[in-house]
Parts: sequence; structure tokens; C-alpha cells
Amino acid sequence: MNTSNIIQCSNLQRTFGKTIALNGVDLSVGRGRIVGLAAPNAAGKTTLIKILAGLLQPTAGTALIDGEVPGIYTKSITAYLPDRPSFPDWMKVQDSIDIYADFFADFDSEKAGDICRTLKLDRSAKIRTLSKGTKEKLQLMLVMSRKAQLYLLDEPLAGIDPAARDFMLHTIVAGYNEEGTVLISTHLITDVEKLLDEVIFLKEGTVVLHRPADEIRETDGKSVDELFREMFRFDV
Amino acid sequence: MDFTLKDARPIWQQLADQMTESIVTGEYSPGERFPSVRELAMQAGVNPNTMQRSLAKLEENGLLVTSRTAGRNVTEDEETLRAVRSHLAEKRVEEYLKDMEKLGYSRGKAAELARQFQKGQEP
Repeated sequence: MNTSNIIQCSNLQRTFGKTIALNGVDLSVGRGRIVGLAAPNAAGKTTLIKILAGLLQPTAGTALIDGEVPGIYTKSITAYLPDRPSFPDWMKVQDSIDIYADFFADFDSEKAGDICRTLKLDRSAKIRTLSKGTKEKLQLMLVMSRKAQLYLLDEPLAGIDPAARDFMLHTIVAGYNEEGTVLISTHLITDVEKLLDEVIFLKEGTVVLHRPADEIRETDGKSVDELFREMFRFDV
Repeated sequence: MDFTLKDARPIWQQLADQMTESIVTGEYSPGERFPSVRELAMQAGVNPNTMQRSLAKLEENGLLVTSRTAGRNVTEDEETLRAVRSHLAEKRVEEYLKDMEKLGYSRGKAAELARQFQKGQEP
């Protein structure tokens, strides 16, 4: 399939017991875009991303990736970066690379090797011995080494020092292909603001804003970060 | 190229301004090959789509010329370069005069001060 929108959600809902995580999300995201998903804590970012990644089922409504319900096909075209490292500690860096190469037809081992060298990641190191930041780098490296149609990055910069942050942003820009869409969730907008084509604000499980980033600067005369602070000032 | 993005203006405008500057100040000479969208986007740490938009602006102004085979080159048209340079100069003067007005100097006085300052600097 090749629908014009890579992501299409309508009235997407998800509850956990009495807690409403997503309360009717309507969302269309096109191809070749870098999109920021910003929200205060507990607004539903991770739930939305997990549904798109096929790890959670919606309670009601639909989420479609490339026109299909999340499943085997959509996972083959979607590269997902979880909000916490997902590899068992006993593995070596090389093991995690092998698993990705095995699982995903679109994995580019050469690219993975390049990034490892730049990051000075020792492939024979046990994952247990890596620092928190290095684990996150490893995970992002694996995700961005795929030639996916959709990258779902859940808080990719959370545990990373400012110097490495630039490198990570660099990796994202260098890694994504022009037809690919990158959805980055974050509560630190300043870090990713320069990268974004579009911005989505979530509040209490619904989309309260979805606009081009430059339009916000042009018509409102403020940065996305400023707008975010204004909109969510009383929600802290 | 070094990019700094600081104000709340659209990012593509800030980038376009800085690239314009680097062309008229001769950092890139007339006829020189201009870096690709992706290279520039990585240097600035921005989205390639944004960089594309900035470069389109420079093409529109005639500072960059696209040829089918060689990518983008800096224009060799002296007239265009001169026009853009003097437009920038006018904008700077305008900013200077506005700043001086805030300090209570009339336009005439501000100009006079600039002249005196320049004389004072000469040996």
C-alpha cells in the first residue's frame, strides 16, 4: 500500500481501568515529515506511540499505519524507539545489532557500523556495562539504521548529555530518508524544535494543536517552546 | 557554515539570512558550488525540508543558480550581488537609526555622530 498519510487515527481511545489515557485522538500525518509530539507528563504520548507501534490495542477508534491496522506489516515499515532501553543486559552490543539485522529486512548493517564507530561503541561490550546514556545511543543507532517509512521515537533525548544530544539530532537528520516520517515525542521542545516540520500538542488524551512549526513562528511570532509553555502553564 | 538560531522568527528565514550574508561577504565566491541541502541541514541541525525552503528563497533572489547537472552554485552576476549587498546595508543603517532614536538622537544627529566617529577613527 501507499496511502498519502502514513498515520491516520480517528477517535482513538484507550483506557487503563478508570484512567483515560487517550480520549478520542484524531490525527493525520503525511510522509517525509519530522513531527514533534509534545505534551506534559501523563498526557498520553507513550500510549499513542505504543498503539502506533502495535504494542497496545486501542479500547475504541482506529489507528492506521500506511492504511493498515498495526500488525506484522506495519511493524516491518515502522522503526520504534521505546522510552526505555529494551535489550537484556547479558547481550553484547553486537548481539543487539544481529537481532535487528535478522528481524528487519530494511536494516542497514553498514550504517550501523558507521554510527558505532562515530559513537565509539565497543561492539564486544556487554550491554550491562554501558551507561544509561550509552544504552540510549545504542538503541537510537539501531532504530535509525533501518530504512523505515515511519520512525516512532519516544523521548529519544531524555537521558543524554547536551553534547551527545547534538549528535543524536544529527543522527536523526542523517538517518531518516526523504519519504520517511519521524514522530518524536518529548517534553523538552527546545531540544528538537529546529528539526520539526509540524508540531502536535496532546492534552489529557486529545490533540489540542497540530500545526506547521514555521507557521507558529510566522503568525504567532513565538517559538514552539514559548507557545507550549503558554498553553500548559497552569497544567503543571 | 556556522548557523545560530536564536530568535522566534521562522527558522527558514534565519537560515536564509545567514546564508545570504555568507555569500555577499564572500565566504562563498561567485560561481562556487554551494553545499547540498542535506549537508547544510546537518550543519545547522535542522530539518532538510526547512533548509530546502531557505535555499529556494536564495534562488528566488538570484543569489543561487541551479543547473541541472551541477547542483547549486553561487551566482556570477555582479549586479545581483551588489543589489543584495546594498539592500543589507540599508537595513543595517535603518536599524542603527532606530536604535539611536530610542536613545533620543534624531536621525540627523545620529548621522552626524557616525560621521564624526569615522573621522575620529582615522589616523
